[in-house]
Amino acid sequence: MNNWKSIRILLVSALILTVLAACGSKKEETSAGSSASPSPSSSASEESGAAASGSPAKVPDPIELLNVSYDPTRELYEEFNKSFAEYWKQQTGGTITVKQSHGGSGKQSRAVIDGLQADVVTLALAYDIDAIAGKGLLKPDWQQSFESNSTPYTSTIVFLVRKGNPKGIKDWNDLIKDGVQVITPNPKTSGGARWNYLAAWGYAAQQNGNDEAKIKEFMTKLFKNVPVLDSGARDATNTFVQRKIGDVLLAWENEAYLALKEFGDEYEIVTPSLSVLAEPPVAVVDKVVDKRGTREAAEAYLKYLYTEQGQEIAAKNFYRPRLQAVADKYKDQFPQLKLLTIDQDFGGWQEAQKKHFADGGLFDQIYTPGS
Amino acid sequence: MAQTTKTKRLLPGFRLTMGFSILYLSLIVLIPLAALAAKSASLPAGMWWETVTAPRILASYKLSLMTSFFAAAANLFIGLLLAWVLVRYRFPGRRIIDGLIDLPFALPTAVAGIALTTIYAPNGWIGRLLAPLGVKIAYSPLGITLALVFIGLPFVVRTVQPVLQDLEADMEEAAVMLGAYRRKIFFRVILPELVPAMLTGFALAFARGIGEYGSVVFISGNMPMKTEIAPLLIITKLEQYEYGQAAAIAVVLLLISFLLLLVINLLQRRAGRRLHAA
Amino acid sequence: MAATIDQTLPENKPMRTPRHLTESGAVRALLIGVALLLVGAIILLPLATVITQAFSKGWDAYAAALRDPDALAALRLTLITAAIAVPLNTLFGLAAAWAITKFKFRGKQLLVTLIDLPFAVSPVISGLIYVLLFGAQGLLGPWLQEHNVSIIFATPGIVLATMFVTFPFVARELLPLMEEQGVQDEEAAVTLGARGFRVFFKVTLPNVKWGLLYGMILCNARAMGEFGAVSVVSGHIRGETNTLPLHIEILYNEYKFSAAFAVASLLMLLAVVTLIVKSVVESRIHRN
Repeated sequence: MNNWKSIRILLVSALILTVLAACGSKKEETSAGSSASPSPSSSASEESGAAASGSPAKVPDPIELLNVSYDPTRELYEEFNKSFAEYWKQQTGGTITVKQSHGGSGKQSRAVIDGLQADVVTLALAYDIDAIAGKGLLKPDWQQSFESNSTPYTSTIVFLVRKGNPKGIKDWNDLIKDGVQVITPNPKTSGGARWNYLAAWGYAAQQNGNDEAKIKEFMTKLFKNVPVLDSGARDATNTFVQRKIGDVLLAWENEAYLALKEFGDEYEIVTPSLSVLAEPPVAVVDKVVDKRGTREAAEAYLKYLYTEQGQEIAAKNFYRPRLQAVADKYKDQFPQLKLLTIDQDFGGWQEAQKKHFADGGLFDQIYTPGS
Repeated sequence: MAQTTKTKRLLPGFRLTMGFSILYLSLIVLIPLAALAAKSASLPAGMWWETVTAPRILASYKLSLMTSFFAAAANLFIGLLLAWVLVRYRFPGRRIIDGLIDLPFALPTAVAGIALTTIYAPNGWIGRLLAPLGVKIAYSPLGITLALVFIGLPFVVRTVQPVLQDLEADMEEAAVMLGAYRRKIFFRVILPELVPAMLTGFALAFARGIGEYGSVVFISGNMPMKTEIAPLLIITKLEQYEYGQAAAIAVVLLLISFLLLLVINLLQRRAGRRLHAA
Repeated sequence: MAATIDQTLPENKPMRTPRHLTESGAVRALLIGVALLLVGAIILLPLATVITQAFSKGWDAYAAALRDPDALAALRLTLITAAIAVPLNTLFGLAAAWAITKFKFRGKQLLVTLIDLPFAVSPVISGLIYVLLFGAQGLLGPWLQEHNVSIIFATPGIVLATMFVTFPFVARELLPLMEEQGVQDEEAAVTLGARGFRVFFKVTLPNVKWGLLYGMILCNARAMGEFGAVSVVSGHIRGETNTLPLHIEILYNEYKFSAAFAVASLLMLLAVVTLIVKSVVESRIHRN
């Protein structure tokens, strides 16, 4: 009778699993208790718990900040966080670690709304931070808190084409020619893609004297040339560089440069005559920092983005710096072009979103037959 | 009825196991799903209906249902064949193949999607061979179906396999003595025993396909009205902070899958009962 | 090697199939051939892709990708998650299968269907429901925040989402099997005076052990590989709330393709390890 054997083995394996689970969670507790190691979330919540129970929020030391950001800023903030930690040590003698979280801008914004304890948010568009402000996590006029619209660095939309530019793509009107394949992510799921769309719209508006019927015709032709609508900006880049689909990729300037850096000589960047000033803003999440007692550090963190060191790091990671001195130093990297702004040319994000990207909006009309 | 209940209750533990099952089911599945229904109910009725019947949404239901159905149907045959070969025959590498069947579960769906796109994109290993023939796999409904075949394969194999393993040889033996041919034995004796398990596997693969997201978004191309799957539209709604509308689409998807599963479970039940009555 | 393993295989009845109960050699060869071809096309090809990509930058890059602290943290979180989700779902699977297959009651099909439901729920939704429930804007969120309990964007949320996704596996494996076996054995045991757990352990469990093991292995594999649902509730904090599949996505999005596939191959390896454990257990049992 081998029944007992098998039962025993099953039981033992179940037991081992349970013990493993217990060990795992115990380990977590101990590492959370020791303050030396970068501690997991439980410690953060404990600290915030301690902070919340006593009414004056005590500054925890070492300080831990969580920066919730969007996809293309990983490299930027990895470098910036190290630099800021050194700066903080010099200034205050304290230790600070900044944890990073990256994902699609909209998804990250929703996570913060749903309770992700972000001290600062650095997202792709003001619209996504507005959404957080809409839930009362930060003040409605958050964009006035820091200089230059709370946007320490900017970018724009450029074209990435294959080496030698075989299709001779120079400007936006080349994109609607027959036989040109354009890669861009879906504006409904990707913040970056909304900038792409608006840049194209702005060009068409300028060419057609704001005749909306003609602009729509231009946009329809443009999206007819799009064979794949990826859900995120990095997915689109991968479609272009890995799958070798398409003749031109519409991308953030910093993404295009990064692709050049990663994939070398196979591509080149074409800067169109006109584009849009992409402003990825930053903000301190008031509710979270007040609860955790990290306001001072969080504000210092974002302010450091505006210093020469911060601007230098941004420029090195292919974001256009705001500081003139750094901008001059990198002026070869960032050619001058006419840039539209979301506030002046599109009436701000709320309006642009409603007109173009909401359900039944202009973008949907391009794809829905009969409208 | 009363009598059968009584005889069945000869066995102990009904209350304990039933109670635990219902409790666990409620905590993990039902209550969270109720939160979803509650969220979708926050939409006004007219808006609700408008959301779930918009042309793009309808197109995506159709796409999701069609591709999942064909993928599950393909898996029905592939799965039966694999389960049969793995249980009945001995050949070198059998054990390895047996182990590999589970890998579509273990591989994160996003990795599966990326790997499949790598293979079937126009510059991929297989896509390259098919592109000159004008066959487009990646970024077409065919690619979606293929991803779903990959995702759903283990369902049929793993539901049929244990039943096949436990199948008594007596009946086959008897049939042989009665002079039946092998093919006849398979269709008359073995297959009916397997039908309930096969149906279950089919239903699971089908239902899984309808909801699948990670592996499909990479290979589908996401063209509105053409290759945009329903789960992607949920994401799209979320991106616009339309939680209510997202929940509405989710509820419709959920209802479709639920009805599907219920019908197939009833069918399976009937098949099983006929079998045991005979 | 293969031969020794084969000798220790479970010698189930069908394996000693007499000649007259099996197909002709040609048919067998054909079926095996087609099966191998299908496995090759559907499963091996994607796996080969993963492996070739993983090693495309050589061994050193491969090892470096696995030694990365973020990767190790992700591995730990993944193991913890599976170690909690699998035993709980196994317990549920056994209880549910017992209640459903050994007794008659109204609404049985409904219950079975509800158990299947998580398979049919899009991973996107299965993450979303926990956000709706535990998120700051959700039903229980404000209360949880007041009491400083974090569920989503922390380990508990990840475990919950994983449990939801892998919920049906064990039950699903056991149901057809126990259905097929009926209640005669158990009833006989009860008639002979055996009670409760003794019937279960002595009669039922040995009958379903393979199904149970399959179910647990599937449950475990899926628990480790789940991407969509976990992605919604994780918060993506590096080195903290990223599981292995999420870590893979991050690497892929950083254009570290070979590293991404290296970590993916690690997940495959975990699956293989569970399969080896299964083989060992099988052979041990049958040697006795």
